[in-house]
Formats: sequence, structure tokens, C-alpha cells
Amino acid sequence: MIQFHDVHKSFGTRNVLNGFSLAIPEGQTTVLMGFSGTGKSVALKHIVGLLEPDAGRVEVDGETVGDLAYEELMRLRTRIGFVFQFAALFDSLTVHDNLSLGLKRQGLPPDEIATRVTESLRLVELSDAELRFPAELSGGMRKRVGIARAIALRPRYILYDEPTTGLDPVTTAAMDELMLRARHELGATSVVVTHDVRSAFAIADRIAFLHEGRIRQVGTVEEIRATDDALVRGFILGRPATGERV
Amino acid sequence: MSRVRDFFVLSGRWVIEGRRALSEGAIWRPLLFGQMRKLGVDSIPVAVFVAVFTGIVLALLSSYMFTRAIPLYFVGTLVTKAVMLELGPVLTGMALAGRVGANVAAELGTMRVTEQVDALETLAISPHAYLVTPRVIAAILMFPVVTAVAMAVGVLSGWFTAVNLLDLSSVEFLRGARQFYNFKDIWFGLVKSASFGGVVATMGCFEGLSARGGAEGVGRATTRAVVLGCQAILVLDAFWALVLL
Repeated sequence: MIQFHDVHKSFGTRNVLNGFSLAIPEGQTTVLMGFSGTGKSVALKHIVGLLEPDAGRVEVDGETVGDLAYEELMRLRTRIGFVFQFAALFDSLTVHDNLSLGLKRQGLPPDEIATRVTESLRLVELSDAELRFPAELSGGMRKRVGIARAIALRPRYILYDEPTTGLDPVTTAAMDELMLRARHELGATSVVVTHDVRSAFAIADRIAFLHEGRIRQVGTVEEIRATDDALVRGFILGRPATGERV
Repeated sequence: MSRVRDFFVLSGRWVIEGRRALSEGAIWRPLLFGQMRKLGVDSIPVAVFVAVFTGIVLALLSSYMFTRAIPLYFVGTLVTKAVMLELGPVLTGMALAGRVGANVAAELGTMRVTEQVDALETLAISPHAYLVTPRVIAAILMFPVVTAVAMAVGVLSGWFTAVNLLDLSSVEFLRGARQFYNFKDIWFGLVKSASFGGVVATMGCFEGLSARGGAEGVGRATTRAVVLGCQAILVLDAFWALVLL
């Protein structure tokens, strides 16, 4: 289980997370939704220790991420797959090598690595792209390779940072389908950062709405759809809220 | 004051990360030969180009200086000594600070701003072990090799100039070269160049991994890597002259 306890994070004078608390239940897909710049991606990066909180703590499986020694942090990271907003594939490596890098680090034998790479690429329907370089792929294909790289690790948790940003509606729907499939096949707990409302409703078990660095509302898709909160409602409907009213 | 403190905190962190990365040989060892080729072997044409013209200029300048008062065979002495002790290592170091420093800073800077470095970390791979260590070790090992080639080419170029453009025979040039030859001249230059390699690659990695803010940030990091690399070479050059001569 992942838990944020009163996390504060600033960059210079800008407070990004401001008392952010949230528990992410096992085996479900939790979507972090909110306006741009409200700290969704920053929250996600705290889970893998890419960022450290100024105050408060983040726990994964009962371990406080900020207190972990180097080797413990590395072990924790092997249980987490991270899908970056722009895929963050390694330019100089083929798709196959992008996927196998993390598996080699885990010390898996070559035949097991080959199997995992093949299976993961099949899951994202990119079996024929194994020997291509990232520069030869479209934006959507890169994102799918990014997902394949994460799921090849067979992680306990998968973190998606804006996986559908910049994609057309059809590719977005395909990505949603892919995230659902990854969850069902791996049984992994997923955390998805997005401001794509349609995508959030399609994949979420729970939605947490962030505003000004803290949780404004948490609930199931139905609860969020029926919210009385003018700000959340305005976001869902794509209308600017005036003060607290839609 | 806080900037000075930040500098020492960051430097301390790099030392700790660097020591830890050295122990992760399984990560950096397979990458070492690729980096040695990229940072070293591929730099040889630049170093040769610099060395050829250094040899020509040295031969012509020394013959100009030695007119009448000093025997002309001292052209061989000056060319050999200057190329081996100073101009070979330093000019090669400067040329490689541009080529290697810029290459490393731009590559790592781009990886930083496109989140590839973060991606490495999430795969439980230390960027210091995967990116920094193979580059720094490759530069330490290959700068002396490139410098040795440059030294040889510089001396040959000086000899060729002396024989063809000055009134000097090969025998006289060799006589001058041998007269004050000391084996220390060679290893002194090579030790210096190894330290130049280490500092140029470290500056490139440091600036690259510190890059922020997209293409502009990568450009800034690259410029800083080259400028700081060149400055560090000059400081180290003086340091080695004080310590070893």
C-alpha cells in the first residue's frame, strides 16, 4: 500500500504540495486528477524517491521512502514500474534493449529476459518494433513501449504520469484499454496522473482530486461524477468555476 | 554563502555517489569500451590536426628565435621538449575539452531534461554507475593515448617542417631532440593528460546531469562544461608543474 502523510514540497518559493495526504489501496487503479501545476506528477515522483518531501512522509509497503538506505531504495524501485509522460525511452538503445535494461539489473537470466520482453511487447501490440530505435516510433508507440518497459518488470505497482497527454482520442482509448489490460494481467496497483477526464472515468476505481497541493476530494467514479464541489464539477465539465461555483 | 554551502554539499554527494558507483562494476564495465572508443579513438583526428600545426609553428618560431646566437639544431630540442612537456598535453586537452566535454554534457543534459535519467533511477540503475563512471574512466584511460599520438605527430610535424622549410637535416634535428631528452618528459605529459581527461569528463557529466529547463538549459550546461573544463586544465597544468618538475 502507498500512503502519503501530510507531504509538503516546495521548489524555491513555490509551494507545490501543501499537506498532501492520501492512501492508495492495493489492487486498484487510483487516478490523481487536477488542474495543471497542482503537484500530481510531483506526488508521483515521491513514491519512487525521485523527490524527497520537505516535510511529511511517503510510505510504500510500510517503509518510509525517505528513510531507506541506498540498497533498500533500489529494492523498492524494482517493485515499481514508472511510465513517464513522454515515455523517457533511452534514445541510444533499441526497444528491446530499453525493456531488457531493468531486467538485467534485476539479475534475470537471458532467456527469461527475452521471454519477458517478447510478452510485454505483445501486450502493447508492438511485437514488430523490438529492434527499432525510439526515434523511429510515433508518440503513441513510444508511450506503449514506455508501458511495456514498466510491465516487463512485473511490478507490484505501476505509476503512470499523464499517459494520454498529446494523443488523439482513438490512441487515448487504446492506451486506456492497455492500462486496464496491464492491471488485469499483472494484478498490479496502479496510480495514474492525468487531467483527461474521459480517460480517468474509463480506468479508475478511485479518483483523487488535487487542488493547491492537497486532496480536495476522493471517491469512486460515481461519487466524483455526482460531486457537489463546484471546483471539481467545473473541472469535470470543462468549465471554469467562478470562486466555488460552476 | 548558501551557494558555497550548496557547492560543497553537492560535491560531497558526488564523491559518495562516485565511490558507490565504482563498486557497481556490473553496470559500468560493459559500457567502458564503447566510451573509450567514443571519447578516445574518435577524438584522434582532432588531436592530430592540432598536433600537426603545433609542430609546424614550433619549428618555424624556434628557428626564428635561434638565428645566429644559438645553433639551429636546437630547433629539435625546443620542438620535442615543448610538444612533450606542455603543448601536446595542454592543446590536446583543450581540444578534447571542447569535443568530449561538450559531447558528454549535451548527451547527459538531454537525457536529464527528457527524464531519461529519472527513468534510469526508477529501473534501480544509478546514473553515476551507468552514465558517469564509464565516461570518467574512459577519459582517464584514453586522454593519455590520444595525447601520446598527438606528441608523436607534433614532433614528426616539427621534424618535417625543419627538414623541408629550414636549413636543417634530419640528423641535426635528432641531435637537438636527443640532447636534453629525459624519459620524464613523456610520462609527465601523459600523467597530466590523464588528469585532464578525468576533470573534463567529470565537468561534462556534472554539468549535463545538472541541466534544467529544456534546450536552453542543455546549451548552457554544454557551454559551462567546456569553459570549466578548459579552466580546470590550466589550473591542473600549473599544479603538475609545481608538484612534478
